[in-house]
Amino acid sequence: MGKNLVGNHIRRLRFNHNEMTQQQLADKVGVTRQTIVALEKGNYSPSLELAFRIAHAFGLPLEEVFYYGEHAEGDGE
Amino acid sequence: MTYQEKKSIVSLISSILIFVIYGAYKYQSYPDAGSESTEVLRYWGSYVLVLTLVSIIAHIVIGIIFNIVFRITTGEKEPAFADELDKLIELKSYRIGFFLFILGFLLAMGSLVIEQPVRTMFVILIFAGFLSDVSGNVAKLYHYRKGV
Repeated sequence: MGKNLVGNHIRRLRFNHNEMTQQQLADKVGVTRQTIVALEKGNYSPSLELAFRIAHAFGLPLEEVFYYGEHAEGDGE
Repeated sequence: MTYQEKKSIVSLISSILIFVIYGAYKYQSYPDAGSESTEVLRYWGSYVLVLTLVSIIAHIVIGIIFNIVFRITTGEKEPAFADELDKLIELKSYRIGFFLFILGFLLAMGSLVIEQPVRTMFVILIFAGFLSDVSGNVAKLYHYRKGV
């Protein structure tokens, strides 16, 4: 697919938040587990609204969950 | 493999099966009358209408059966809603499907311009519909596997 320039630390943050499962995060932010999987793999750049919801779920500012750069991928970096 | 990927594959296979089985069944009843006769036009009209109806009903039934089998085999429930990724992938697959159908539609009209029989026009139209359905499912599968 087209180059994804938005990366994230979702996998690491889930682990740091009592090993939250993908399904738990998906339920918190109102998406399916498949979407969390796609985000973690770096296969999908979320909408701004979803990005804010995810950051809010971790209680962190947006830039600590998502980053922008040439080598952006999911946390499987 | 995720629910959406499996569903795309099931949809793809069922589209192909419905088209092939229905096509083989209707082929036997093609009228012997001249190619421009009312009987032939009625045949093609009913072909398209019944195929559309059969396709819709079969997809609904197969979808229900798939959900039941999915629940039994995985012990998971299917997603109850479509989120932004699902909608984006659906839009992309519709775009490819519509593009192919419009291309087929233009080809079908072109066949009339170059004085091909009405049968050719209908065959192109029906194949365009089939290809549009198949390509939509393939696009969905591709985007669910490779991302958007």
